[in-house]
Amino acid sequence: MALLCLLPLLYVLGDTVGVGWDRAYALIVRPRVGELLSSTVRLLVGGIVTTAVLGTGLAWLVTRTSLPGRRAWLVALSVPLAVPAFVTSFGWVSLTPRVQSYAGALLVVTLAYFPLVLLPVAAALRGLDPALEETARSLGHGGGSTFLRVVLPQLRPALLGGGLLVGLHLLSEFGALQLLRFPTFTTAIYDQYESSFSGPAASTLATVLLLLCSVLLLGELRLRGLRRYARVGTGATRLLEPVHLGRATGPALLAVTAVVVLALGVPLGSLVRWLVRGAATSVPLEQVGAAALTSLGLGLAAAALTTLLALPVALLAGRYRGPLTSAVEGSTYVANALPGIVVALALVSVALRFVAPLYQTTVLLLAAYAVLYLPRAVVSLRAAVAQAPPGLEEVAHSLGAGSWSTLRRVTLPLLARGLGAGAALVFLGVVTELTATLLLAPLGTETLATRFWTETGQIAYAAAAPYAALMVAVSVPATLLLTRDARRAV
Amino acid sequence: MRLTRRAPLLVAAALALSALGAGCSAGPADPDVLVVYNAQHEDLLKAMTDAFTAQTGIAVETRQGGDSDLANQLVREGADSPADVFVTENSPAMALVDNEGMFAPLEPAVLAAVPPQFTAADKTWAGFAARATALVYNPDRLPEAQLPASLLDLAKPEWKGRFGYAPAGADFQAIVAAVYALVGTERGDAFVRALKDNGTVYASNFAVMQAVDSGQIETGVIYHYYWYKDRAAGGDNSRGTKLHFFGGQDPGAFLSVSGAGVLASSNRSDDARALVEFLTSTAGQQALSASPSLEYSIDSGVAPNPALPPLSELDPPVVPIAELDGPAVVERFREVGIL
Repeated sequence: MALLCLLPLLYVLGDTVGVGWDRAYALIVRPRVGELLSSTVRLLVGGIVTTAVLGTGLAWLVTRTSLPGRRAWLVALSVPLAVPAFVTSFGWVSLTPRVQSYAGALLVVTLAYFPLVLLPVAAALRGLDPALEETARSLGHGGGSTFLRVVLPQLRPALLGGGLLVGLHLLSEFGALQLLRFPTFTTAIYDQYESSFSGPAASTLATVLLLLCSVLLLGELRLRGLRRYARVGTGATRLLEPVHLGRATGPALLAVTAVVVLALGVPLGSLVRWLVRGAATSVPLEQVGAAALTSLGLGLAAAALTTLLALPVALLAGRYRGPLTSAVEGSTYVANALPGIVVALALVSVALRFVAPLYQTTVLLLAAYAVLYLPRAVVSLRAAVAQAPPGLEEVAHSLGAGSWSTLRRVTLPLLARGLGAGAALVFLGVVTELTATLLLAPLGTETLATRFWTETGQIAYAAAAPYAALMVAVSVPATLLLTRDARRAV
Repeated sequence: MRLTRRAPLLVAAALALSALGAGCSAGPADPDVLVVYNAQHEDLLKAMTDAFTAQTGIAVETRQGGDSDLANQLVREGADSPADVFVTENSPAMALVDNEGMFAPLEPAVLAAVPPQFTAADKTWAGFAARATALVYNPDRLPEAQLPASLLDLAKPEWKGRFGYAPAGADFQAIVAAVYALVGTERGDAFVRALKDNGTVYASNFAVMQAVDSGQIETGVIYHYYWYKDRAAGGDNSRGTKLHFFGGQDPGAFLSVSGAGVLASSNRSDDARALVEFLTSTAGQQALSASPSLEYSIDSGVAPNPALPPLSELDPPVVPIAELDGPAVVERFREVGIL
C-alpha cells in the first residue's frame, strides 16, 4: 500500500538523482526557485491560518449559538466543497482582475477550502463532552477562557486534520492558482513540463515540493502528539445550552450571509452567466449525459476502493503509533502534495513495465485515483479512529469475538461516519480530477472534467458550462453526506 | 445507531454498482481502431478525421491532451505505446518525440504536399495546420496609429508595462524561437531581457486577450485564432479589442505549424501513414478550412476559412521550423527569470 503511494516519490527522486548533482544544484538554487519558495510558503501559511480561523468561527456559530436557521446555514456553508476550486477562481477573475495578487489568491483559496476545516470542527464540537466545559465554568472560567483552555485543545485533531487537508490541497492546486496568476511550485512544475518538456527540471522542483510536504506532515505529527481523545458512552448527547447571541444576531447573520455569497454566489453566478449564453447553442445532451455517468461511476468506484485501502492505514496509525506506522501513514500523504502530472507520468512507466495489459484501463485509472486521494480518506478515518475507544475492541476480544468479528461488529460501526466522510471527500476529488484521467483513462472515456477542459481549450466557454454545472450538481450529494454528521449536531 | 451501522453496507453497495457501471468501458483498446494522441484542439482534428473515416472506412479514436502531457507520456511509453499517430498544436512537442527517435519516416506523397519549411529536417513529421502571430490591442487605450511597427519594438523602453504575453505556453516560445532564427542570438537575447523588463506575464493566450479586453493592459501577443474564435462565439472576451498583423515578413508575422507524425512502434502503420497523408492532402486541408477551428490550411491551393485574411496578406517571414530551438528559448527564459 505504502509502496504504491511511494512510487511517484521514487520516480521524482530517481529523476533528480539522474540529473546529476551539479545540474540539479543549478536548477534548484536560482532566484526563481527562491521566489517560488517564498510565494508557496506564504500562501500555505496564510491559507491554513485563514481557513482555520474562518472554519472554526463558522463551526462555532452554527453548532453552539442561537443563530437562526443553523442547520440550513451549515449546509450552505458546506456546499462550496462541491464547487471545483478552478470554477471559484474563474468566477472571481471574471468579476475583478484585482484578485490576481497575493491577497486575492488568499481570499479565493480560503473561500474554496474553509469547509475542509468547518466540517470536522463542527462534528468535533458536537462530539465533545459538555461536562468538561461545565466543570471549567464551575471552576470560575469565563466563556472565552473556557473556549481557549477546554474546547480548543479538544478540537485539536479536527483542526489539525482539516489544516493538513487544506495544506495538501494548496500544495498540489494548479488550475485555480494559474487563473489567479499566483505562481507556486506546482504551477511552476506544470510550466516546466509545458515549456521545456524536461522531466528532470520539473522533478527537481517537485523534490523541493516534497520537502515542503514533509515539513507540513512532521509539523502536524508533532502537534497532534500521542494524546487520546476517545470517550466511552457517546450516547450522552445532552447538548450544552446554546450561547445566546442577543444583539449580536444581526452581525452574525450578516457575516454568514457574506461568506455564502462570496464562496458560492460568485462562482455560481458566473456559471449561470455561461449557461445562459450557452442556451443559444444546442447542448449535446447525449455527450453531456454520458460524461456525467462516467464521472459518477468512476467517482463512486474510486471512493469505495480508496476508503477500503485507507482503513488499514488509519487503524494502524491510530492504534499502534510508532515510527513505522507513522511512516506508512505519512507515505500516503506524499502523492497528494505532488502535481497530478508527476503522479500520472510515474504510473505510466510503472504500469507499462509491470502490468502492461492493465495500461489505460479502468482498473489502472482507479489505482491512480487511489494513490492521489488516499490521504483524504485517511484523514477522515483517522479522526474517527481517534474517537473510537480501543477499550470496546478489547472488551469484544475478551468476550470471545475473533479479530474479524470484532472488526465487523465493533470497529467498523464505530468508524462508519469516518468511512462515509472519507468516501465523500475522495468522490469530490475524483469528479474534478483532470491530468491522470487524460493520461490513463481508457480510450474514448470522457468525464465531466475532461470535457470541460477540452471545451475551454478550444475557447468554447458556453459549451463548457453544462459540464461545470454538472460537476457541481453530482458533487452536492457527497457534500451533504459530509455535512450529515455535523448537521445532526445542530 | 441503526443508520450508522448500515453505512458500510451502503458503501459496499455503491462499490458493486459503480464497478458494474465503470466495467463497461474497461478493457484494452480495440485492435481494429487507429489510435491518435491528439494535442490539437478537438474540433479541428475531429473535422479532419471524420472526413478521413468517411473516405477510407478506417475508424479513428483519439486521446486528447496537452502538447506537453502527451509528448511526455509518449516518451515514457516508448515502444509500448498504444498510439499510432501523434498530432500536436506546436512543433516543439513533435521535436521532443522525434529526439527520442520514435517517428517513422514520412511518405513521399506527404513530402510532396507540404512546403519544405513546414517539415522536420529529418523528414519524420510534417506540418498540417498553421497559426499566425498577431497583436491584440484595446483601441480605447492604444490608438491604431500608435501600434508598434515591429514585434521587436516592444523591447523599447516606451513599451514598459504596456503589453502582456504567455511565456509558459509552447505558442509564445515558438514565436521567440522564430525571433532568434531571424535576428540572431545577440538581438534575440536583448529581446528576451526586454520582455522580462517591459512585459506582463499571463497564464495563456486567452488570459492575455481577456486582460486587453478589460483594459487591464494595452496590448498583447497571441495567435490569431483565439481572437477569431471568441468573435465567432459572440465576442465576450474580445469585444473591446482589435487584431493587428505585423506583415512585411516581420518576426511578429511568424507562422507556427501544428505537426503530425507516424510512430515507429505502430502496429497499424499502413493506416497510420494513410491518416498523415490525408491530413496533408487537398481533401484533408479542405476539411480543415471548413471546420470551426479557424486555423490556416498549409496547402496554398486550399483557401483558408473565409473569416480569416488570406495567408498571402499576412506576408510571414520564411523560417524553417527545423531551425526553431524551443528548449534554448526556455533556457533563456529561465536565465532572465521569466520562468
